[in-house]
Amino acid sequence: MTHNIVIVGVGGQGTLLASKILGYIGLENGCDVRVSEVHGMSQRGGSVVTYVRISDTDKLYSTIVEQKQADIVLAFESLEAVRALPYLKDNGTMIVNTQELMPMPVITGAAKYPSDCLFRLHEACKVIELDATSIAAECGTFKAANVVLIGVLAKSLPFTLEQWMNAIEANVKPKFIDINKSAFMRGYQL
Amino acid sequence: MKQLLLGNEAIARGAYEAGVRVASAYPGTPSTEINENVANYPEIYAEWAPNEKVAVEVALGAAVAGARSMACMKHVGLNVAADPFYTATYTGVNAGMVVIVADDPGMHSSQNEQDTRMHARASHAPCLDPSDSQECKDFMRIALELSEEYDTPVILRLTTRIAHARTIVELGERTDIPLRDYNRDIKKYVSMPANMKGRHLFVEDREERLSEAAANLSINRIEWGDRRVGVITCGAAYNYVKEALPNASVLKLGLVYPISRKLVEEFAAGVEELYVIEDMEPFIEDTVKAWGIPCSGKNKTGVQGELFARKVAEKFADAEAAGPMSTEGIPNRPPVLCPGCPHRGLYYVLGKLKLTVCSDIGCYTLGALPPLSGVDTCICMGASIGMAHGFEKARGKDQAHKTVGVLGDSTFCHSGMTGLLNMAYNSAIGTIIIADNSITGMTGHQHNPATGFDIYGNPAPQLNLEKLCEAMGVKHVVVVDPFDLKELERVIREETARDELSVVISRRPCALIIKQTNKPFVCDKNKCKNCNMCMKLGCPAIRKTENGIEIDHSQCVGCGLCANICPFGALGTKGE
Repeated sequence: MTHNIVIVGVGGQGTLLASKILGYIGLENGCDVRVSEVHGMSQRGGSVVTYVRISDTDKLYSTIVEQKQADIVLAFESLEAVRALPYLKDNGTMIVNTQELMPMPVITGAAKYPSDCLFRLHEACKVIELDATSIAAECGTFKAANVVLIGVLAKSLPFTLEQWMNAIEANVKPKFIDINKSAFMRGYQL
Repeated sequence: MKQLLLGNEAIARGAYEAGVRVASAYPGTPSTEINENVANYPEIYAEWAPNEKVAVEVALGAAVAGARSMACMKHVGLNVAADPFYTATYTGVNAGMVVIVADDPGMHSSQNEQDTRMHARASHAPCLDPSDSQECKDFMRIALELSEEYDTPVILRLTTRIAHARTIVELGERTDIPLRDYNRDIKKYVSMPANMKGRHLFVEDREERLSEAAANLSINRIEWGDRRVGVITCGAAYNYVKEALPNASVLKLGLVYPISRKLVEEFAAGVEELYVIEDMEPFIEDTVKAWGIPCSGKNKTGVQGELFARKVAEKFADAEAAGPMSTEGIPNRPPVLCPGCPHRGLYYVLGKLKLTVCSDIGCYTLGALPPLSGVDTCICMGASIGMAHGFEKARGKDQAHKTVGVLGDSTFCHSGMTGLLNMAYNSAIGTIIIADNSITGMTGHQHNPATGFDIYGNPAPQLNLEKLCEAMGVKHVVVVDPFDLKELERVIREETARDELSVVISRRPCALIIKQTNKPFVCDKNKCKNCNMCMKLGCPAIRKTENGIEIDHSQCVGCGLCANICPFGALGTKGE
């Protein structure tokens, strides 16, 4: 089966670590993996989109997940979740961090931050919502919100808890391993 | 052993395994991570060059001297390096030399969508175009071998979706390639007309030999499938073709210049309908058509933007259109200057003074976006200075008094120095502002000659910008902290009023490298009069809510710039 995952967020939120962990766990467990990352200009506080494709059956070619191809969208921010809705398959799942970050057009008053982001998501698809930023802060740093979200996502992927723990150990700095493991568990047990 | 590598990491790995000894590069998205990773292999000497022209010259020198070498850059970098490169294809090399050039279809982080394959044809350099990270690694070795066999620098062309995609790579061992002997060969390496006439004939002959041999190169291959539809493709487009048209016959070109005519003719003869599906220009398509072989491609996709599997399916397999990606009523989220960014203070003052700003390539280009909206022009590395000078020459000194050129420290080293020298030499009136954040910022923090460190992070002689400007003949050079808004405004007013050339160095390190630990600021609602002055800064941490101004503590780095402009002293750290 091929798992198409789209990770969306705002530059600087740690989407790259999330895709690294996912890519790593796929590779370590014999899957074909394709990950597409964003570097450079749009990283500076703009919308960022990362694609992760993992398959234990097929050879993968494209590194991109397109409209109506995503099984799961992992959204680090509410507005970005709504923006990413077209990626989801009809029966796809949206995992969304309820944090709200104001984009510059909202800050300048040229646009309004929609007040109904979560409503729109619930209208459109299956939604798992959580305040990953606060949960991460309880674990030691709000920066681990990405790993809390990975913990939620983990239940939809065919890997064991031990495999996830190995993936975290291999991809985060040694001094942050414990914080990230507890952040992962908080998401995993949700 | 298998690893999941970025295309750029795989290029570095390929260079290591294929015995490269010297690598020089200037950072540029989407190529930057190549040389960053090369620097992790102690067997290879790696460096950041001030620009791509220098990088190619270093690589050429190393190759002529007998070492396998490489230079890396983004697509527009090859324009800067075109001068040495176009003659290097005449002189040829001694040991193998590869120039890795990363194109950016869709302009994720670039100013244009130029197609490096056009440079390959114009300079008569062979050009390879890999489709995933494994091929990135493998093609590095093949490119070096072709370079040596055919005595020419070779282009290895990437696109964003190859350079910045992670796919699985089987790692190998390094082959130690000994230094080749260097022998003086004036007829080959001294590009005087009499010598190069002979070399041009050599180039012609070489290209013909390689075109012949290309039919048997393993990196060009036919995958026969349904013979009703045949697709010639390369690079990232190959992946989309395999997903969108899984049954079609495919001619996958790993060598995209020169193209094997024999292979194309064999393939075209074996299929009923022939498509050419490639990102960017109709490069292969035009060649195939010029050979009188009917085909189509770009008439369906156009040249702007990236291809995707769905686009290929819609255009070539009548798949149902997916509809737009956009969602109604969703505000855009353009990139912004980071909280604490030193450029914010500078652009605030430039906007306040209503100056015409010829800006440049770097994070500070983002000063063009609202609410700062402080940029008139941005073209290419270094153009800020030349264009500011042009504004003066076109409209006289009154215009010069309200015009500034703005560029960063790295961009100034890259190609601003000659522009400034031109102004000094030609007695220009004008003000150039070097936004010195002591790093190459936008590409993710690479060192440059003005930072005092090399690619390995080791201390290096630090270019003294003040002394350099003075040595060029600039009489007025002023250093100012862009967060000292009053002083910055005073200095810019004073310098732009002069009937002479001056340089203002706006100096404060990038907020992301100094990692400010100050307490986040808060807005004292009792003092705040909702005047919105702080909103003019365009700081992502400041927002206006129904309850007035609020500061997002997950974003604020406590830089204090907002407190600097608040007329009512409402912004401060808690308890002050």
